[in-house]
Amino acid sequence: MHDGGHGDISVGVSGAAGDSGASATRITPGNALRPEDIALAVSRGAAKPSEDVAEFALRLGDDALILAQRLGHWISRAPELEEDVALGNIALDELGHARSLLSYAGGLDGRSEDDLAYLRREHEFRSAALFEQPNGDFAVTIARQFVVSYYQFELYRRLTSSTDSTLAGIAAKAVKEVDYHRDHSAQWVLRLALGTDESRRRMIHAFKVIWPYVDELFRDDELTGRLSEAGAAPQPSSLREDFDRLTGEVLAEAELEVPNVQPTPGGGRRGLHSEHLGYILAEMQVLAREYPGASW
Amino acid sequence: MASQTLQSVPAEPSPVRHEPSPEDAARRDAEGQAYFDKVMAEDSRIEPRDWMPPAYRKTLLRQISQHAHSEIIGMQPEANWISRAPSLKRKAILMAKVQDEAGHGLYLYSAAETLGQPRDQMMQDLMDGKAKYSSIFNYPARTWADMGAIGWMVDGAAIANQVPLCRASFGPYGRAMVRVCKEESFHQRQGFEILLELSHGTPEQKQMAQDAVNRWYAPALMMFGPPDDDSPNSKQSMAWNIKRFSNDELRNRFVGMMMEQVKVLGLTLPDKDIRFNEETKKWEHGPLDWAEFHEVLAGRGPCNAQRLERRREAHQNGAWVREAAAAYAEKQAKKQAEKEFAA
Repeated sequence: MHDGGHGDISVGVSGAAGDSGASATRITPGNALRPEDIALAVSRGAAKPSEDVAEFALRLGDDALILAQRLGHWISRAPELEEDVALGNIALDELGHARSLLSYAGGLDGRSEDDLAYLRREHEFRSAALFEQPNGDFAVTIARQFVVSYYQFELYRRLTSSTDSTLAGIAAKAVKEVDYHRDHSAQWVLRLALGTDESRRRMIHAFKVIWPYVDELFRDDELTGRLSEAGAAPQPSSLREDFDRLTGEVLAEAELEVPNVQPTPGGGRRGLHSEHLGYILAEMQVLAREYPGASW
Repeated sequence: MASQTLQSVPAEPSPVRHEPSPEDAARRDAEGQAYFDKVMAEDSRIEPRDWMPPAYRKTLLRQISQHAHSEIIGMQPEANWISRAPSLKRKAILMAKVQDEAGHGLYLYSAAETLGQPRDQMMQDLMDGKAKYSSIFNYPARTWADMGAIGWMVDGAAIANQVPLCRASFGPYGRAMVRVCKEESFHQRQGFEILLELSHGTPEQKQMAQDAVNRWYAPALMMFGPPDDDSPNSKQSMAWNIKRFSNDELRNRFVGMMMEQVKVLGLTLPDKDIRFNEETKKWEHGPLDWAEFHEVLAGRGPCNAQRLERRREAHQNGAWVREAAAAYAEKQAKKQAEKEFAA
């Protein structure tokens, strides 16, 4: 990885340097990359991931997709109308990232975002266990979102300087959105932790529920080793220090401590999931399974 | 010029040291009424601080809050399909649409608040079953095609109703409607697109689309309210420049639009009596089951109990969160005050 901070975010997925006029998929800060742009670039052969990058994009895309599926449940059920809007926004952002990442991952063998989302089986998903954890009460949702957004921010921030220009482009758009998610969740951690006795009790409980799934996010494996060598993605373990420092600042302000709980072994990156994922997929995939081959 | 005396009269008298005499109050009312009448005659706008007849305030408060409630309850039948949307693109569009509805609810509650009632009170009235919302949302969204039919027909009827409301005499309502209508037209288009995709899909998909159109047709037509000869409040609302066209006028216009568009979809409307009356130059439709309409309105529709219970549940489950936010804000304000005091 280059150590260039946010790196150059005006990279194009076409790969044709300087040919901005010819490419509808050129990314500039004001002209963010959409999932449709990636699908188009992939179908034209202008963007094709390596096998390793495709596998990595699948991991990130599945994380975002499963979380969007969870968050979407809050819409019409949030504690306030403003929060219906806010959680809806975050869900939409995550779904957008998922669509871009899955469209790109599918470029390896010609599968679309929908093929990947709707026609894979549970063991073919690559999401980490954190993302599929149930919403619980609002505090659990916030605790999960807090961990996710600080993790994703560090990850996407580094990916903006990936040697894979499509990954860098997706990350450049995502990092700005995830920055807002950090702010949203941190603000709520403070309010719930320092609000009333009940909200504090629930916030402390929520972090206990969520924290066993934190370690898995930062585990290196052979794939991340090779991607790191190639400058395409950071080693997950390299994000931990910044994650701990920045989440630690918020937790300190909220007068909370990192919960003393044992980590789960994880396994989602290899297709070994918690018991929750099957239900999420059953619901998400029902129409695609019921009407094979139909288009919507 | 006589009209020089007709100036806007504040709704509340400026702070006075003593109670205004009955004569003063009567004079204010007379001046206020004269200004109000002038605004109506000129088809201009009343703003929240202006004097207005109590019945005008009450009517608007009821209408705008019902409209807001309809947006909020209306999120439910569509939210029901977010997790099962059959493609990621459709999922994203549907999420954005339901989120828009929360946004519409927010500006409508804000517009209603300018008439003097806090949002909490309106919400409470909704949950207590004292306030109404559009009856259409008491029907279930059974299949994915319902997302199409709701967008095309229900949002289509809402647009037909709401476009004239952009000119409503009460400023905040009219302005809120301008923004709402812009977004609604996207909603209608996405509904139409869903149906178009289905009607050109497999025979099963086409059947799903037709079934949804069949189920939503009559309830959508009834969204315009009872027939003109059974709509006692319409006349006053029209005199106040809130309502611009009668229920039947809007309904007939809507039927005409549907008839054109349903051809493009390759589907049919479940009404053999639709025709264009060459004499009146108006569209006509077959009889509607107003007994059913009144049943649903009275709370005996398929989903009335479910919709209200879901709203109550979300509200109750969120109580501790709202309390925490309020307590936090209070503590922060106290801290800030202490800091300023120390400085």
